[in-house]
Amino acid sequence: MPLTDQELKELQQQAKSIRREIVDVTGWSGGAHIGGSLSMTDILTLLYWKYMRLDPARPDWEDRDRFVLSKGHGGVGHAVVLAQRGFFDREVLHKFNETDSMLGMHLDCHKVPGCETSTGSMGHGLSQAVGMALGARVLKKDWRVYCVIGDGESNEGSIWEAAMSAAHYKLDNLIVFQDRNHMMIDGPTEEVMSLEPLADKWRAFGFETREVDGHDMTRLAEAIDEALRMKGKPFMILCDTVKGKGVDFMENKPDWHYGGLSSELVEKAKQSIGE
Amino acid sequence: MSKTDSTFSWTVYEADKLTQREIYGIVLKDLGARHPEIVGLSADLAKSTKIGTFGDAYPDRFFNFGIAEQNMFGVAAGLAQAGLTPFVSTFSAFASMRACEFVRTDICYQNLNVKIIATHGGISFGSAGTTHHATEDYAIVRAFPNLTVIVPADAIETAQAVKKCMEIDGPVYIRIGRGFEPGVYTAEDYEFEVGKAIEMRSGTDLAIIATGATVYHAVQAADILKAESGISARVLNMHTLKPLDEEAVLKAVAETRRLITVEDHNVINGLGSAVADVIAASGKGCAFTKLGLPDRFSPHGYPEDLMHKFHVDTDGIVDKVRELLNREFEEAEDWEDEV
Ligand SMILES: Cc1ncc(C[n+]2csc(CCOP(=O)(O)OP(=O)(O)O)c2C)c(N)n1
Repeated sequence: MPLTDQELKELQQQAKSIRREIVDVTGWSGGAHIGGSLSMTDILTLLYWKYMRLDPARPDWEDRDRFVLSKGHGGVGHAVVLAQRGFFDREVLHKFNETDSMLGMHLDCHKVPGCETSTGSMGHGLSQAVGMALGARVLKKDWRVYCVIGDGESNEGSIWEAAMSAAHYKLDNLIVFQDRNHMMIDGPTEEVMSLEPLADKWRAFGFETREVDGHDMTRLAEAIDEALRMKGKPFMILCDTVKGKGVDFMENKPDWHYGGLSSELVEKAKQSIGE
Repeated sequence: MSKTDSTFSWTVYEADKLTQREIYGIVLKDLGARHPEIVGLSADLAKSTKIGTFGDAYPDRFFNFGIAEQNMFGVAAGLAQAGLTPFVSTFSAFASMRACEFVRTDICYQNLNVKIIATHGGISFGSAGTTHHATEDYAIVRAFPNLTVIVPADAIETAQAVKKCMEIDGPVYIRIGRGFEPGVYTAEDYEFEVGKAIEMRSGTDLAIIATGATVYHAVQAADILKAESGISARVLNMHTLKPLDEEAVLKAVAETRRLITVEDHNVINGLGSAVADVIAASGKGCAFTKLGLPDRFSPHGYPEDLMHKFHVDTDGIVDKVRELLNREFEEAEDWEDEV
C-alpha cells in the first residue's frame, strides 16, 4: 500500500530520530561505522516501522519476517533501529563497544534481541538470507526475508554465488536492498573496484531489479509493494544512497566510513539532521 | 638518533610512536625503492593496513581488489608466477580464513614468493568482535607446508621481519596487531634471525615462551616476579612460529624444567601446542602450561580488557607462574645428569 502523507511524515520523523541517535552513539562509543549506517537509515525505518511482521516482545516468534544486515558493520545503525523499535532498552546504547556490554561494533545474535544472525565479515549475510528464504519454503511458512547488502560488499564473489542460488531456487520471498552509496573504505567504489553496470548485473543474475532513490521513502515503498507481489523471482531494490546522509560534513566523504565525534561535532551533526 | 641504515625513512624516535602497521607501510615503501619486483595488494584495506603507504609511492605497482580476498590471493599467486614479489595485506581473520584455500593451494602448495602481512591479529580488534578477531590463524597457517610464520613482538620487530622476509624464497605469513600494543624494543640493535628465538630475560626457575603482543607482558611479568619474589624466569620471544626454534625449547626444558607459553590465540594448535610437541618428543618430564584464549569464541571488548579476562596479560602470567612453580611432576632418575 502506498504511503499516506501522514505515514510519510511519521516515518521521516522516525528516521531523523534514528540518525540523531546514531550520531549520539558514535559520540559515546568513541567511534563507529557511521557513514554506512546513515545511508541505510531510511530503508531500515521503512522496513521496521511499516513492512516487517514483527513483535519486539517476542524476537523469537516463529512467523516473524527476517531481516539480515549483510553489511554487518552497519551494526550501530541496526542497534539504534532495534532499540527505538523496542527490542531492548535504549540505555544499552550508551555502552556500545564497551567490554561486557550487549553491543559491539558488529551485532552478536546471541546477545542482541532482534538480531537474526551475526554478520560483520562481508559477503556472508546474503547466503544466510537465501537459507532463511529457502527454509520458509521447506517449512511452508509465509515469512519473508529482507536483506541489506553493501555496494563495496558486492565485490565479494560470495554475494554473486548467493545471488545465483536465490534466482535458481526462484526465491520470491527474498527482497534484497543494495545500499548503493558509491563509497567503500579506500574511496569511491568505481575507483577501488568498479561495479557498474550494477543493475544489469542483478538482472543478468536473475533478480527482478528496481532502481530507486534510497532516501525517498515513497519510491522505496512502491518498490517494496511491487516486490511483495512478485512471483517466481528474487527481488533487488537497488537503492541510490548517500554515505553519511543527513550530516552535511559527512556526506560522500569516505573518511566517515568509521569515525569518532567530539561533543562539539555531535551537536553540529545533530543540527545538520534537524529536530 | 636516526636509524643507521640511512635509506630507511623513519627514525627510532618515530618508531616509538608509530604503530606496527605504520612501520610496516613505511618499511615496505623503502624496500620498494630497492626492489622493483615488489608489488602491493590489498582488498579495500589499503588505508587500514597501511600498505597504502607503498601504494601512494608506487601507484603502478599497487593493486586494490576491492572487498574480494579470495581473488586477491589468487592474483598474488599469479603475480609471483610471473616473477614478481607480491606483498598482500588484509586483516588476519580474512587472510587466514576467508582466503584460506587460496593461500594454501595457490600460494603454499606451489611454494610461491608471496608475503602476507596479516594485520589486526588475535583480539587486537577488540570491539569489532568475533568476526574480526583472528584467534585461530596460527592453527590454520602453521599446517601449511612451505609457509614461514612470523609474529613480531612490536613495531620495531615488524620492521625487522618485513626486511628479513625478503631473504626467504617462498611464502611468508607475518601476523601483526592493530597497533596500539606497547613496544618491547627501543632500537633495531639486536639480532633478528627467522627461526631463532630471542632470550629477553635469562632465568633458571622457569621459562616463559611468548609470541607477538604477549612478549611485552611476559617481560613485565618476569621483572615483577624477580623483584617481588626473587623468581628467575627466562623469557623467550618466539617470533617465528614456523619453523619453530626447537633447540631453544629443548634448552629451556633441560635448564628450567618448567615452561609456560603465552599467546593471544586459541589454546588449541597455536604456540603452546607447537611447544608441547617438542616437549613431548624430548621424553623429559616437566611442568607445562599453555596460556591462551579458551576454546570458545572471543567476545567483543577493549583489547586490554580481553587480554586480562583471558589471563594473557602481565597479571595472568604472574599468577600462572606462581601456580606452575608449585606444581609436582615426575622426574627421571637420570635427569640431573643430562642437564
Ligand atoms: C570479508 C571482509 N573483508 C573486509 C572487511 C572490512 N570492511 C568492513 S566495512 C568495509 C567496506 C564496506 O563497504 P560497503 O559494503 O560499500 O559498505 P558501506 O559503504 O555501506 O558502509 C570493509 C572493507 C570486512 N568486514 N569483511
